[in-house]
Amino acid sequence: MVPLNWYLMLSAAVFSIGVFGFLTRRNIIIMFMSVELMLNAVNISLVAFSHYLQDLRGQVLVFFIVTVAAAEAAIGLAIIIALFRNKATAHVDDMNEMKG
Amino acid sequence: MPLVMPDLKPITPEIVMTCLALFILVADVFIKRKETLALLSIIGMAAAAFTFALPGALNTTFGGMFISDGYSMFFKIVFALNVILTILISVKYLAVERVNFGEYYALLLFSTLGMMIMASAGDLIVLYLGLELMALSTYILAGFIRYDMKSNEAALKYFLLGSFASAFLLYGISLAYGLTGTTNLDRIAMTISEKGLAGKPALTLSMIMIAVAFSFKIAAVPFHMWAPDAYEGAPTSVTAFMSVGPKAAGFAVIGRVFLMAFPMVRAEWVAVFIPIAIMTMAVGNIVALSQTNIKRMLAYSSIAHAGYALLGIIAGTADGLASMMNYMLIYAFMNMGAFAVIIMLRSEGFKGDAISDYEGLSKTHPLAAALMLVFMFSLTGIPPTAGFMGKFYIFMAAINAGYTWLVIIAVIFSAISAYFYLRIVMNMYMKDPKETVTLTTSPSMGLALAITTVAVLAIGVLPAKVIYLARVAFP
Amino acid sequence: MLPKLFFGYFAFAIIVLSLLVITRRNPVHSVMWMLLLFFQIASMYLFLNAEFIAAIQVIVYAGAILVLFLFVVLLLNLREELLTNRFISAWPVGLVFAGAIFAGAVSAVAAFVPNFSGQYTVDVINRETHTKALGQALYTDFLFPFEIASLILLIAIIGAIVLAKKRMRS
Repeated sequence: MVPLNWYLMLSAAVFSIGVFGFLTRRNIIIMFMSVELMLNAVNISLVAFSHYLQDLRGQVLVFFIVTVAAAEAAIGLAIIIALFRNKATAHVDDMNEMKG
Repeated sequence: MPLVMPDLKPITPEIVMTCLALFILVADVFIKRKETLALLSIIGMAAAAFTFALPGALNTTFGGMFISDGYSMFFKIVFALNVILTILISVKYLAVERVNFGEYYALLLFSTLGMMIMASAGDLIVLYLGLELMALSTYILAGFIRYDMKSNEAALKYFLLGSFASAFLLYGISLAYGLTGTTNLDRIAMTISEKGLAGKPALTLSMIMIAVAFSFKIAAVPFHMWAPDAYEGAPTSVTAFMSVGPKAAGFAVIGRVFLMAFPMVRAEWVAVFIPIAIMTMAVGNIVALSQTNIKRMLAYSSIAHAGYALLGIIAGTADGLASMMNYMLIYAFMNMGAFAVIIMLRSEGFKGDAISDYEGLSKTHPLAAALMLVFMFSLTGIPPTAGFMGKFYIFMAAINAGYTWLVIIAVIFSAISAYFYLRIVMNMYMKDPKETVTLTTSPSMGLALAITTVAVLAIGVLPAKVIYLARVAFP
Repeated sequence: MLPKLFFGYFAFAIIVLSLLVITRRNPVHSVMWMLLLFFQIASMYLFLNAEFIAAIQVIVYAGAILVLFLFVVLLLNLREELLTNRFISAWPVGLVFAGAIFAGAVSAVAAFVPNFSGQYTVDVINRETHTKALGQALYTDFLFPFEIASLILLIAIIGAIVLAKKRMRS
C-alpha cells in the first residue's frame, strides 16, 4: 500500500509548479493553465484523502471543482477573446492601460 | 439513503432571489426598456428582503450546510442594500456607456445570491460554491463594457488573481478535510478539539492558505495587486458594487470560518492577520496619496478600509465582530454615495474620473459638491458622519480586546488618509473651475444619493440603533 | 511493491509533464502536454478507486476544457509568440515563492497519517459501484451544493454570451 503522504507530496509538488507558472509566465493562457494545474493538484490530494479516509466527501468536492473549473474556463476564455478583439496581445506585461 | 425533504424556510430569501434573477433573464427578451428591468429587480430584491423576517427563517438546514442566523441576516441586509443602490446608480450610467443590456441586472442579482450563500455557509463546500457564484458573476460585470480596453483588462486581472486565490482556498480546504474528515465548520472545530489537532503543521498550513485566499477577496495587502486595476477599469457602477459586496461577503466568511471552525488555533491566525492588517492600512493609505484618478484613489481607500475592519476580526470578541459588521454597513452607504457622485460626472464624451475634474465643482454644482463633501468626511472619519462612528466602535472593540498599540497605528494611518480625501474637498471648494462639467442626473440617481446621504448623517448622529442591530444579530 | 512502482511511475510522469506544460514556448505544445498530463492523473485516480472521477477528468478536463483552451490558443499570433520572452524578467522571485510553498507544504504533510475512517471502504464501494455511491451522495447529502453548481454553469453560459458574442451596441 502506498502511504497517503506520498500522494500529498506529489500534490504539493504539482501545486508549487502551478504557482511558479502563474507567477512567472507572460502568456495569459499559460497563466490560466497554471491555475488549472493547481486545481488538479488539489484534486489529487482530495481523491487520495477520500480513499484513505474511506469517505466520499472529498470526491464530491472534486466533482464540484471540475464543474467550477469548466465554468471558469468558459468565462476566462470569453474575457480573453473580448480582449483580443481590442488589442492583439497575450502578454500580461502588455496590459498597461492603467498605471499608478 | 432516502431523501429527507429539507426545511426550506431558512433559505426562502435565496430561493426568491434565484427565481427573481431567472425571471429578469427571461424578461430581458421581451422587455425593450431596460429601465423596467431595473425597477423589477429592485422590487423583487425588496420582496426577497422581506422574507428575511418570515417565521422560521432563523434555522439551520440541509444537514448544517446552511446556517441562517442573526449574523448572516445582518450581512444579507448589507448585500440587499448594496445591490439596490447599485441598480439605482446604474440605470442612466449604462445608457451613457452604451451597454444597456438586461443581463447586467441578472448578473448583479446572481452575484448577490452568491454573497448571501457565502454569509450563510455552514460547510466549506457550500462556501466555495457561493464564493465562485459571486466571483464569476463579478468577473463578467467587470468586463461588461466589451469595446473598452480598460474594462477588458480589469476583468482579466480580476479573473486571473481571483482564480489563483480560489486554488489556495481549495488547497486549504483539502488539508482541513484530510485532517478532520469533514467539511462542516462546526464538526471541524469539534474534531480539532477532540483529537487535539491544534498546532499540527498541516492544520496551520490549511489555516494560512484559507487566510491568504480570503485576503485576496477583501483586497488586503500583500494580496491586493488586482484591486486598483480592476476598480479603475471596471464600469463605475460595478466598481461601486464590488468595492462593497464581495468585500463584505469576504468579511462574513472570515468571521464565520475563523471564529467557528478555527477557534482552537486563534493565536496562530491572529498572528497571520495582524501583519496583514498593518500592511493593508499602510499601503492603502500611503499609495492613495499619489493617485490622480479618483476611482483608483477610492480603490486604495477601499483597501485601507479593509484594514480597519480586520481589527474587528482580530479583536475576535462579540463586540469586535459586531463593530466589523456595523463598519461594513456604514462603508456600504458612504462608498456608494461617493461613487454615485463620480457616476454623475460621467457624461457623453467626458470621463470625469480624474481628480482634477473636481476643481471648482462647488461653483458650478454646489449640491453635488456638498454631497461629495459629506461622503469624503465620512470616509475620513470626521464627526458627525457615520464613518466616524464606524471607526470609533471598531477601535473601541480592539482596545477592549487589548490591542491598544494596533489601534494607535490605525489612528495614525487614518490621519494620513485625511490628506487625500480632503484634497478632493479642497479641489471642489478652493479652486476655480477649468471647464464646465455637466452632470448626468436621473430620478433614480437622486434617490440613491438621498438614501446614502440620509443614512450617513443619521447613523453619524444616532448610531445606537445600528449598533444595537449588529450586537443583537450576533449569536 | 507493485503499487509503489506504479505510484512512482505516475508521480514521475505527472511532475515531468507539469513542468513541460509551464515551460514550453509554444502554447499549443503546452496544451498537448497538459492533455497527456490529464490522462496520467485520470489513470492514477483509477488506482485510488475513483472511477467516476477518472471519467470526468477525461471527459470534462481533457474533452471540454482543454479543447476550449486550444481554440483560444489558435487565435494567438504564434509566430510572434515564438520570438518573445517566455518568462517575466523577475522570474527568480516567482521561483522563491513557489519553492517556499513547496517546502512549507511538504514539511506540513510529511508526517501526515489519516486519523479518521468513514463508512465507504473499498468493499462497500465495489459492491455499490462507485458511480452509484457518488450519485447517491450528490442527490441526498450534497443536494444544496449541487443546486448552486447548476447556477454556476448558468452564469458561465450567460458570461460567454455577454462577453464574446458579436452584438450591436445598444
